[in-house]
Amino acid sequence: MKQMKRFAALLLTAVLALSLPLSTLAAGTIEVTEDVSVTDTYDWTRFKGKNITLNVYNWGEYISNGSDDSVDVVSAFQKLTGIHVNYTTFDSNESLYAKLRSGAADYDVIIPSDYMVAKMISEGMLAKLDYGNIPNFQNIDEEYRNADYDPTNEYSVPYMLCTTGIIYNTTMVDKAPTSWADLWDERYSGNMLMFNNSRDAYAIAAFATGNSINPQSTEEVDEVVEKLKSQKPLVQAYVMDEIFDKMIGGEAAIGVYYSGDAITMIDDNPDLAWVFPEEGSVLSVDSMCIPATSENQEAAEMFINFMCEVDIGKANAEYIGYTTPMQAVWDVLDEDLKYSEIAFPSEEIAEKEKVFTDLSDEVNSELDVKWSEMKSYDEGGSGVIFLLLLLAMIALACFNIWRKLRKKSRNMY
Amino acid sequence: MKIYDKKLAYPYFVWMTLFTVVPLIIVVYYALTDADGNFTLDNLLSISGYGSVFARSLLLALIATVICLIIAFPVGYFLSRLRVNKQHIMLMLVMLPMWMNFLLRTYAWMGLLSTNGPVNAVLGFFGLGPFNMLNTSGAVVLGMVYNYVPYMILPLYTSMTKIDQSIVEAAQDLGASTTQTLLRVLIPMSVPGISTGITMVFVPAVSTFVISRMLGGGSNLLIGDLIEMQFLGNSYNLNVGSAMSLVLMIIVLLCMSFTSSFDEDEMEGVS
Repeated sequence: MKQMKRFAALLLTAVLALSLPLSTLAAGTIEVTEDVSVTDTYDWTRFKGKNITLNVYNWGEYISNGSDDSVDVVSAFQKLTGIHVNYTTFDSNESLYAKLRSGAADYDVIIPSDYMVAKMISEGMLAKLDYGNIPNFQNIDEEYRNADYDPTNEYSVPYMLCTTGIIYNTTMVDKAPTSWADLWDERYSGNMLMFNNSRDAYAIAAFATGNSINPQSTEEVDEVVEKLKSQKPLVQAYVMDEIFDKMIGGEAAIGVYYSGDAITMIDDNPDLAWVFPEEGSVLSVDSMCIPATSENQEAAEMFINFMCEVDIGKANAEYIGYTTPMQAVWDVLDEDLKYSEIAFPSEEIAEKEKVFTDLSDEVNSELDVKWSEMKSYDEGGSGVIFLLLLLAMIALACFNIWRKLRKKSRNMY
Repeated sequence: MKIYDKKLAYPYFVWMTLFTVVPLIIVVYYALTDADGNFTLDNLLSISGYGSVFARSLLLALIATVICLIIAFPVGYFLSRLRVNKQHIMLMLVMLPMWMNFLLRTYAWMGLLSTNGPVNAVLGFFGLGPFNMLNTSGAVVLGMVYNYVPYMILPLYTSMTKIDQSIVEAAQDLGASTTQTLLRVLIPMSVPGISTGITMVFVPAVSTFVISRMLGGGSNLLIGDLIEMQFLGNSYNLNVGSAMSLVLMIIVLLCMSFTSSFDEDEMEGVS
């Protein structure tokens, strides 16, 4: 399979190489590298020599980075514009938020998901974009503009879409799972991987219990988290990107993750398969935004515009396997991905997709408290041991003080 | 001259005030206030719900410390009895794992311990297993011991190099058995090293969050994980997180007071 792919890739580059002289003649493009050409109506070089550094903060494994013969998007951007990019990654919306709130670092481009975009907009953490500098915004499909999280579309440009679902190892399950409720099946005890992130894990339990993935009241949260608690004894581990190694290595029979990453995992281990659970799944839209604290907004907008170039969108979509919001990119995608049910699900499945919205502060903190409680919940109830240990420590400390006092009084004589 | 001495210490006092005392005050402030800045004890009280996490952290850290001590004591003694040039080489070997990134080392254990990993493959060769080793408390303890054992070996080695071999010989000449030499001579004379080692292993072990995340599979939650969840979690709850840090600091303080009492005993013995 891999061999075949490599051969196909070789063939493709050969064809591309042959067609190169033609494509360079085509009007309106600048060639950056062999695989990347960008529109020439945009002034890409206006920051050249101005010694600008852009801090880009993205999800891990979320850009085409040059490995496995892919396009190195960041270095292509640097080569084209002369802007230096300092590229770093995060692993959850919440850690991105905490990092920004603490003011620990200045970022120029961030890529939060939908509900986090809404939260950041409401807290005034994002800068309004100047769409004059992002002409490629027209590439974004109509249906992904003016989404609920950014109704007037002043702050965000969709980067990639993905859905959550179940990935399982066909050699390790008797019957393919079909629904979220299957994650409460005793047969998978000790063989199941769950999200280590409250929002996504909550959504699974909400689907399984028939609740909304966006709880409105604290009682609702309590009920759904209770369901998660009942699942805990069956769960092998709560993971995020660690799932790659575990599913590919056959460590677990069944796991939950994002569709795009599932494509990557299935590429590496053909025994794996993906299913959209029948209750529906979470559609998330990760969008490029600029924090209000950015000092290089125009350069940041240039980066966003660059990411919306067709060639770049294609390189990214093919490398990370996520769903592109740009029709023009879909048109030129690799056949494998273009007709992949996982990346571009059927209408029927798409209809059942739900989107996260921002929760009220009260519900949010309830969710967090309950999630911590669920994670720390231990059936043994070792709270008593804690008290005993604490008492023992205090007793020891008192004993020490007493001993010291005694010594002092002895020394006086 | 004296005035000069004092002035030379000022930069450090400024440094310590800015980066140790002030942050500590901020932690205490957050721990005792709610989101609006009003005084409250709720944060501290809410911690009682996480008793099991605190218990697990203390217990696992304690077990790891004891295992480290048992492993490190003979190693430290062996090292201290070597010829000086050999000591340098062996010391370097002890420190060698520390040259590699902490995260990387822990991540490697994740692969080693997995059900289809090399350890189970070797055991399978002898017809054993496969064992479920990853995502257990045992794996967390293993990670702690592996990562922190050099911190136990080094102070033990340092204090043992100060024990003159002739003292050990004298004990044996005078008819002390091996056990008696160990209990009456070696252990009492290496107490400063033992107490430093305990502090240097126990304190990081009780507050770690990476080891439990990677090797404990997210269900063997430790205090460190809990604190991390408050800051990087869904609701960004600085107050509860600070309260937890405060409780952790008190626990560490209790632990330090315990080990430091040994040091004082030792000092008395010297004088």
